[in-house]
Amino acid sequence: MRNRETAGGSSTSPTLTQVFWGFVTIGLMGFGGGLTASVRREVVSRRGWLDDRQFLSGYALSQLVPGATNVNLAVFIGSQLRGLSGALVAFAGLTAPPLVIMLSIGALYFHMQGNVGSAWFSLALTGMGAVAVGLNLGTGIRLARRNIRRLVPFAIMTVVALSIGVFGLPLLYVLAVMMPLSLLLAWLSRQR
Amino acid sequence: MSQILVQLASLFVVLSMLAFGGGAGIIPDMQRAVVDQYHWLTAREFLDMFAISRAAPGPGSLIVVLIGQKAAGAAGAAVSFVAMFAPSCIVIYLVSRVWHRAGKSAWRDVVERAFAPIAVGLTFASGFALLLQGSEHSVAAYAVTAVATGAFALTEINPLFLLGGGAAVLLLVGG
Repeated sequence: MRNRETAGGSSTSPTLTQVFWGFVTIGLMGFGGGLTASVRREVVSRRGWLDDRQFLSGYALSQLVPGATNVNLAVFIGSQLRGLSGALVAFAGLTAPPLVIMLSIGALYFHMQGNVGSAWFSLALTGMGAVAVGLNLGTGIRLARRNIRRLVPFAIMTVVALSIGVFGLPLLYVLAVMMPLSLLLAWLSRQR
Repeated sequence: MSQILVQLASLFVVLSMLAFGGGAGIIPDMQRAVVDQYHWLTAREFLDMFAISRAAPGPGSLIVVLIGQKAAGAAGAAVSFVAMFAPSCIVIYLVSRVWHRAGKSAWRDVVERAFAPIAVGLTFASGFALLLQGSEHSVAAYAVTAVATGAFALTEINPLFLLGGGAAVLLLVGG
């Protein structure tokens, strides 16, 4: 498992078809808050297109650029793998099947508004939502175990996680402070 | 009709450009605009659309096509989709080309090392934030989250089994 997970890097550049189907899988497996988990699982663990560090940089940049994070991440990864066409097929793969599913559920909803089955439906949704949160946290644990080895990065990770996730500070303010700080510390430690 | 399309386009272009750190932060503004300002949906319908967008596979920001569909049919859905995603995708694409061109340069190495702990922190932050939204998290749901976290962190289990299991547990316990 460790070998497979560290195999990453862009040693073998996937074809456009592979990029497309990879992101179709990601989109269909990624529910609620679990979409980032789905991206990492497919792109890093299962297919080895990127290593963790490349993935994490893409994730940070995708948060920094306005817009939906995981859609940005798909465009970023597709572009790293296969340029403009890679970005386009990654976007199409991620959004097209969920788009069809969502429009169908939406049409169904307006067709049978207030039906009896809706209580069961919402219970099942709650259960899946609870799992999606777990997928997110589980991905965080995996990433931390493999990439956060020193005290300073650990402290930065903790401050970001708690200030935004628990104390609800606006992401933009936290990043405005923590990004320059983290850049400075990484630059100072570059010789070691 | 074409007036609604213009309203949809400008609303979602503006909202997407305000969505720092992902789509979740703009939901309250979106609700205000589509329910109170334009009256495309009732408050109840908006909450249900939000639940559907969270539960359906794929990006939650696809909620915009449901709103567009309700407001102006298929054309509304298409306009909303393009307005929501085209501007931000162009920006991240340009960023990714600069990044790609940097290759193995020293500054990119520094930036990668600086971004790693921030990105891991953001992963935890989004999990914590969803957990603390609270009202929908019962004891059973917390237990499901805990089990799913452990299983996903420590094993190679397919997440679809976890999602199915989570739905089954909540249906059995009844909340």
